[in-house]
Amino acid sequence: MADKIELTINGQLVTADKGMTILEAALSKGMYIPHLCHHRELEPVGACRLCLVEIDGKWKKTVISCKTEAKEGMVVQTETPEISEIRQATVELLIADHDVDCLACGQNTRCALQRVADHVGLNKKRLQRLKPPEKKLPIDDSNPFFNFDPNQCVLCGICVRTCDELQNVQAIDYAYRGLGTKIAGFGDKLRIESSCESCGECIVRCPVGALTEKDSPKPTHQVKTVCSFCGCGCGLLLGVRDNRIVSAQGNVNSPANKGRLCVKGRFGYKFVNHPDRLTSPLIKRNGEFVKADWDEALDLVTDTFSKNKGEKFAAIASAKATNEDNYILQKFTRAVMGTNNIDHCARL
Amino acid sequence: MAGLAASLGSGAMTNAISELGSASAILAIGTNTTATHPIVALQVKDAVRNGSKLIVANPKEIELCRFADVFLQHKPGTDVPLLMGMMRVIVEEGLHDKSFIESRCEDFNASEKSLAEFDLNTVEKITGVPQDKIIQAARIYATETPASIIYCMGITQHVQGTDNVLAISNLALLTGNIGKPSSGVNPLRGQNNVQGACDMGCLPNVYPGYQAVTSPEAKAKFESAWGVALSDTAGLTHTKIFDACYEGTIKALYLVGENPVLSEADASHAIEAMKKVDFLVVQDIFMTETAELADVVLPAVTFAEKDGTFTNTERRVQRVRKAIASVGDAKSDWWITCQLAKRLKGKGFDFSSSAEIMEEISTLTPSYKGITYTRLEKGSLQWPCPSEDHSGTPFLHAEKFGTDSGKGKFKPLTYRKSAEVTDSEYPILLTTDRSLYHYHSTMTRRVYGLNVLNNEELMNIHPEDASVLGIEDGQMVKVVSRRGEVEVKALVTENCPQGTVSMTFHFFETPTNVLTCCELDPVANTPTTKVCAVRIEGLNS
Repeated sequence: MADKIELTINGQLVTADKGMTILEAALSKGMYIPHLCHHRELEPVGACRLCLVEIDGKWKKTVISCKTEAKEGMVVQTETPEISEIRQATVELLIADHDVDCLACGQNTRCALQRVADHVGLNKKRLQRLKPPEKKLPIDDSNPFFNFDPNQCVLCGICVRTCDELQNVQAIDYAYRGLGTKIAGFGDKLRIESSCESCGECIVRCPVGALTEKDSPKPTHQVKTVCSFCGCGCGLLLGVRDNRIVSAQGNVNSPANKGRLCVKGRFGYKFVNHPDRLTSPLIKRNGEFVKADWDEALDLVTDTFSKNKGEKFAAIASAKATNEDNYILQKFTRAVMGTNNIDHCARL
Repeated sequence: MAGLAASLGSGAMTNAISELGSASAILAIGTNTTATHPIVALQVKDAVRNGSKLIVANPKEIELCRFADVFLQHKPGTDVPLLMGMMRVIVEEGLHDKSFIESRCEDFNASEKSLAEFDLNTVEKITGVPQDKIIQAARIYATETPASIIYCMGITQHVQGTDNVLAISNLALLTGNIGKPSSGVNPLRGQNNVQGACDMGCLPNVYPGYQAVTSPEAKAKFESAWGVALSDTAGLTHTKIFDACYEGTIKALYLVGENPVLSEADASHAIEAMKKVDFLVVQDIFMTETAELADVVLPAVTFAEKDGTFTNTERRVQRVRKAIASVGDAKSDWWITCQLAKRLKGKGFDFSSSAEIMEEISTLTPSYKGITYTRLEKGSLQWPCPSEDHSGTPFLHAEKFGTDSGKGKFKPLTYRKSAEVTDSEYPILLTTDRSLYHYHSTMTRRVYGLNVLNNEELMNIHPEDASVLGIEDGQMVKVVSRRGEVEVKALVTENCPQGTVSMTFHFFETPTNVLTCCELDPVANTPTTKVCAVRIEGLNS
């Protein structure tokens, strides 16, 4: 159990784990401090400057709460007139440089910038005065699974840190300076030409609509299951809509992957509803496959199997199928067909 | 698996994936982890970020080398000398764990003697790895504890595969790096449920739970449970099943969810075998290249359309849940097999759910005894889980090994050359690997985006070799082995060492496995897919 400390935030006594930042201490008690670049899994960088707070007493000063450790006895104010003023200006500058087309944005209703703006409160007139001339940057849609829209980007750097700290891929970073700053791959080439591995972990963490998955209708519900590609056994939440799989999300409660996924886990489910799926039994007649119903196909198979019991029979099992499927297949081979001729790809 | 079962008493990963993140040293040998097990690779990278030392041993300069403290680029098929060289350094420098060897192991002396032929001059000559790197790696592995080893097909797909695995377990036993958290021998299992398929007895020599078919007690147990007489003769292994189909002794083959046309070493032989067999039933989700050869094709559902369990590489049994209704008239594999069984008057196939099947599994499989669907609703369980109040086993061999004596067995080893050797006609070695963007072919080749990211086979070749052969980057070449030939585009890259080229096997357009060699490891019967002699001819584009 972590050591505890006590501090006061907005007049309320708050208990926090030793080592927490002021922002974490506040958020852990459900107290909102506006923020964009904070992510619980990433090192704080203090890029967005929105989480400013004022500390009274011996520490008296204005600090960014995401990089300031909460200390015993601290007295913190998150909403003084001075802070509100600074924050207002910061948000206005962000919004002025943002493509505010919320209803058509993939992150609508889940957007951290919407929440910040809602909390701070925007003045339309002031915003209009700040609005720079319309200069839309091209959307990078080169990756088959996601788009990057720099016009929606708030330069929080969460994607950059995810790619570095969590994935160790380092495919993207800040490029250029000042107003021209943007997130880019090496040489500012298209994402598809970068060293990006398309794991999609940055999309999951993007607080705004800058990184969005392509063709991703929202699921009506999710089903907890396990990925079917490699032996990692990552926990998946498959999104379902109209009896089709439309999304996959890492299950943070799964001990194997703790919510993280690779490109196959996140996007590879798309084979499930592929039009080439086999949908009925097929029997080869005169070299051509002909559709059959189950009874016909099963009768034909059992008729032939019954004549080839024992060492004339073998089964190859599938390392893709479930334990239950495999248990039944080996039981069938041994108990019904009378042979131990069963193996699968384990030794390949 | 056969190797580890002999030395440690279990062929499975000794530790949990998450334990790798806390290892002080990791030796990754014969695994291109970032491509084949990306989420395991994240743990390795996390460990390095937290200050752990990483040793990568691989013929190719793989992505993981970016994070490695030492990179041992040994020639394909020289894993035994490399590992024996490391052990020799450890013993000579007195870095081995004498008390662990004394109290937990046996047969150390014979194994120690077998190090005699592996002086570093010899090892350097065979492996191509400079001596100082072997010394550095040996010291790191022996002194930075806990240390974990991860390995994959780069170790097993050799004619010396079992020896390679035994060398790994010798190294772990020598340094006492086993039986503790973050400390062990970890074969990364390839497919999502290859561990489970083994656990369930889809192997020719064992019933579920690795109970030998030749054991009278095991046979009696399953005869009594299933109410039939059973054969006490071990069946044929995978490759030998295809041989028997080819020779005509097997007349009917029931092939579930596998695509040997692309995945089998020496695929042409497997194709001929499947063409020759009298009756081929293929049960799959797509019309695979293999299904095309079938007499009857039975449509199965995908993982998203069924309930059940998968057991991942760390022995973790997890629930698979049905997310959508079956596509078309496709059915669960177990349902189809049960229908066949019932029509053939088989008893004990009246299951109405996968949960009922798991009940039978747990009564007959000691390591799954405590596993029920009710418990799995609350979370996954790592076997062995011998009772309903047992919380599962994150790491193996804490108190004793699973061998008969309870001791870890050292095995003396010698260097055996690969069956496939280069000569003037086939002067280059071909080794196979996988792409991050594909998993074999049946599923990922049907995901549009994955094929945008990786849409064709590229034969990796070193610039020096390319220059000697007059091959340019992007040029089409013909790769010819003693068994077959394919045409493929060349990628000139220093990732591949001189004298070795590499290809994946995901593309039906370039069926790499018509080239590979199915010479078998004598114990495990694993084909030597990782080493194949070829010659390369440039084609005019």
